[in-house]
Amino acid sequence: MGPAKKMPDFITLFNSSSVRKMFATAILSTFSFVSAFSSHANDTNAETHVNTEAGHSTAHNEHAKPEKYDPGKMIIDHIADAHDWHLWGEGHDAVSISLPVIIYTKSQGLVNFSSARFEHGHAAYAGFELNEKGVIVWEDKANTEVIYDISITKNVLAMMLAVITLMWIAIGMARSYVNRAGKAPKGFHNLIEPLILFIRDDVAKASIGHKADKYLPLLLSVFFFIFVNNIFGLIPIFPGGANVTGNIAVTMVLALVIFLTVNLNGNKYYWKHIFLPDVPVWMYVIIIPIEVLGVVLKPFVLMLRLFANITAGHIIILGFFSLIFIFGSMSQGLGYAVSPLSVAFTVFMGLLELLVAFLQAFVFTLLSAIYIGMAVEEHHH
Amino acid sequence: MQLVTPAIGLVFWMLVTFSLLLFILKKFAWKPILESIRNREQTIEDSLSLAEKTKSEMIRLQGENESLLAEARKERDSMLKEAREMRDKIVGDAKATADEEAKKLMNRAQDEIEKQKSAAIAEIKREVSVLSVQIAEKLMHQQLENNAAQQTIIENQLSQLN
Repeated sequence: MGPAKKMPDFITLFNSSSVRKMFATAILSTFSFVSAFSSHANDTNAETHVNTEAGHSTAHNEHAKPEKYDPGKMIIDHIADAHDWHLWGEGHDAVSISLPVIIYTKSQGLVNFSSARFEHGHAAYAGFELNEKGVIVWEDKANTEVIYDISITKNVLAMMLAVITLMWIAIGMARSYVNRAGKAPKGFHNLIEPLILFIRDDVAKASIGHKADKYLPLLLSVFFFIFVNNIFGLIPIFPGGANVTGNIAVTMVLALVIFLTVNLNGNKYYWKHIFLPDVPVWMYVIIIPIEVLGVVLKPFVLMLRLFANITAGHIIILGFFSLIFIFGSMSQGLGYAVSPLSVAFTVFMGLLELLVAFLQAFVFTLLSAIYIGMAVEEHHH
Repeated sequence: MQLVTPAIGLVFWMLVTFSLLLFILKKFAWKPILESIRNREQTIEDSLSLAEKTKSEMIRLQGENESLLAEARKERDSMLKEAREMRDKIVGDAKATADEEAKKLMNRAQDEIEKQKSAAIAEIKREVSVLSVQIAEKLMHQQLENNAAQQTIIENQLSQLN
């Protein structure tokens, strides 16, 4: 908890700009208590897991075929979306929050019910059932009608909780700014204000120039949305742990927002650069397809980068944990022996992921700002 | 494949949530926050420039004060000098006047002395002539008591008339 104790110093020092430059480190140290907490939580989880494993192998031998530990399946289960939010326990002891299922089909219209009706894939309800991947399909395999599944899944709920938290923080902050107008920033402001100033001065103004103010709310929202969801994703217990920013649907929508912002605000220079570039006419055949491809590719890469980085981080952390159970399934003692090493690696990765959580939010915002800057730039030559 | 296939439900909710987030934060958070940050920065900048201006004003005033002080000092010096000169002049004048007066007095005294002297001399001369007449009378008296002598004198005188 050493770095956490340094917080008051950080706050008082805050107004100097040199500290602002180093804020990545500061954020890291400020949030390190989260990682300390998370590693502890992981540790206890590990204990329970091992205990259940032991329980399975001795007391509950009535299971016809003992569950073989499959790390790949476990990891995919953790990073993929789900219709219920698994809290703890395995098999019949599992405790999870059942989430509402909302389905639209042409034939049945809008149907909604609790995911508990599926009994974790063991039962069908209203003609639907969960397949082995957790996707809702028709109970009647012959039915090929498209199912529009707009359920409040684990990722949707996690994202909404993160968004509510973010709104609560940001609006509370705005109110205190208004109430304390003309006074020095205080308390929690000192943590958020450098981020806002950083996005404003070093990202938006540096990339877009004097038109930055128009796009600043979008950039700030994107940055804080990604950052808060990344941080929530690193908290191993409810309401964190969901892989929201590591889900391609989420990053796709974010990239889509940037794509629309860039192309709806692109000025004549931007379009001229794509369709009438300053090259010999015979090269248009090559250049124009490349430029058009670039227009789509830029947001596409934004989408993939965030998705891949966050998912990879979750996979690595889960992978290190899996080591305990892989060794534990060979011999119980080996599992115990490996666990300290595994926990140490996970703590290290957790710290690294804190950096990545900030870095990816920053990179996404910076690249968005650069793309917007390129689209609205005025040429004076 | 499941991982890289965007789920329609999540896309839908993400669109809804993110649009709401964008709208609410833009209106109720970023606008007031950015505005108050800008105001504060403006206030700080204004205060700093005011401080700078005040400082330069102070320096100017200080310089002015110094030059005023120097001027006053110079004036004082010149006044002192003037006073000293005046004093010297007055003293000198007084001395000259006194000298003159003294000389005049002296001259007058000398004149008086001279006058007194000549008066005295004249007096003395008168006295002497009276005395000499008296003496001569006495002498004559004595001489004329002797007839012979008177005879001679008369004869002398008579002879001289011739």
